Amino acid sequence: MAQRRRVSSFEWSTAVIGGISLICGTTVYLRDGSARFAAILANDLGLFGSMLPKMAAGCLVSAFVTRLLPREVVARLVGTESGMLGLLVASLMGAALPGGPLTIYPVAGAFLLLGADAGTAIAFVTAWNLLGYNRALIWEMPFFGSDFVFWRILVAIPLPFVAGALARWALSFIAARRGKAP
Amino acid sequence: MIFLIINLLLWVLVAALGLTAAVRSKALFREGAAEGARDFVLLLPRILVGVVGSGYIAAIMPQDLITTWIGPQSGLLGITIATLAGAVTPGGAVVGFSVGAAALKGGGGAPQVIAYSTAWSLYALTRLINWEVAMMPARVVWLRAIVSLPLPFLAGVGAMLIGKP
Repeated sequence: MAQRRRVSSFEWSTAVIGGISLICGTTVYLRDGSARFAAILANDLGLFGSMLPKMAAGCLVSAFVTRLLPREVVARLVGTESGMLGLLVASLMGAALPGGPLTIYPVAGAFLLLGADAGTAIAFVTAWNLLGYNRALIWEMPFFGSDFVFWRILVAIPLPFVAGALARWALSFIAARRGKAP
Repeated sequence: MIFLIINLLLWVLVAALGLTAAVRSKALFREGAAEGARDFVLLLPRILVGVVGSGYIAAIMPQDLITTWIGPQSGLLGITIATLAGAVTPGGAVVGFSVGAAALKGGGGAPQVIAYSTAWSLYALTRLINWEVAMMPARVVWLRAIVSLPLPFLAGVGAMLIGKP
């Protein structure tokens, strides 16, 4: 399956952050003593531990939704809608469809082929980035805690519509300018 | 209490989806459960490194500098700085989330960190160039990046107005 390589076991970003963390952790230990070192570790591990059930649930939900909601169905559903309803459906699907960039961008590309406008595809990608439960549960919560993530998502709810509508407005503006040109 | 209910609801959702998959076919259920479990196990070390690392990175960063630039009192200028930082952050998810969490733990304001995280999600330049342009028509990618420019400000100001988190 195309989604097999969604998660790889080694990643440069992790290695770099791990290296920096090691230096920072050592500095804290030498500069501030073992008590402070242990306090920071306990605090972060506590947050991480309390989020484990949510992360596990997020991984399972993603894996099942990937199988129960095929990408072709999403593409057909969104690609054939238009108007404000199109933006709404695109945003909902962007939030609901799990997976990494390898999954999402081809789906957005398929919308365009099926006749959706760029605004719809943009609302979809924006919703996936900002409202996706997949990323919120598995990634954001262990880093920031539930409360922060809840409010971050709440203020982001209108943004996919804003992006989609802005894109449509920009495209119609460009088209009008071109139409007027001699 | 509320978080316990959210956890419970999540696992009810997992059970419902698992059951739906199992009704369709046993193989579908097995595949889904196996992939979910494997992703969880593979992601754990990466996220653990980032979460623990962000705590130590925050402890090393000069706190008064963070507070002045992107602290709770830094207002729109802080949101602008955070948005720019989000746009130029390189690397994958671990980097973006670690830097954001370190900023929050190190004295950054919530609206500013929300702006950072929104900008990084929407238009981190390395991701646009490495991923998106390769898979979508370039015209749409750049249009998306341009219309996304104001979104971190809207998110940051929205958080400022409601005074949460």
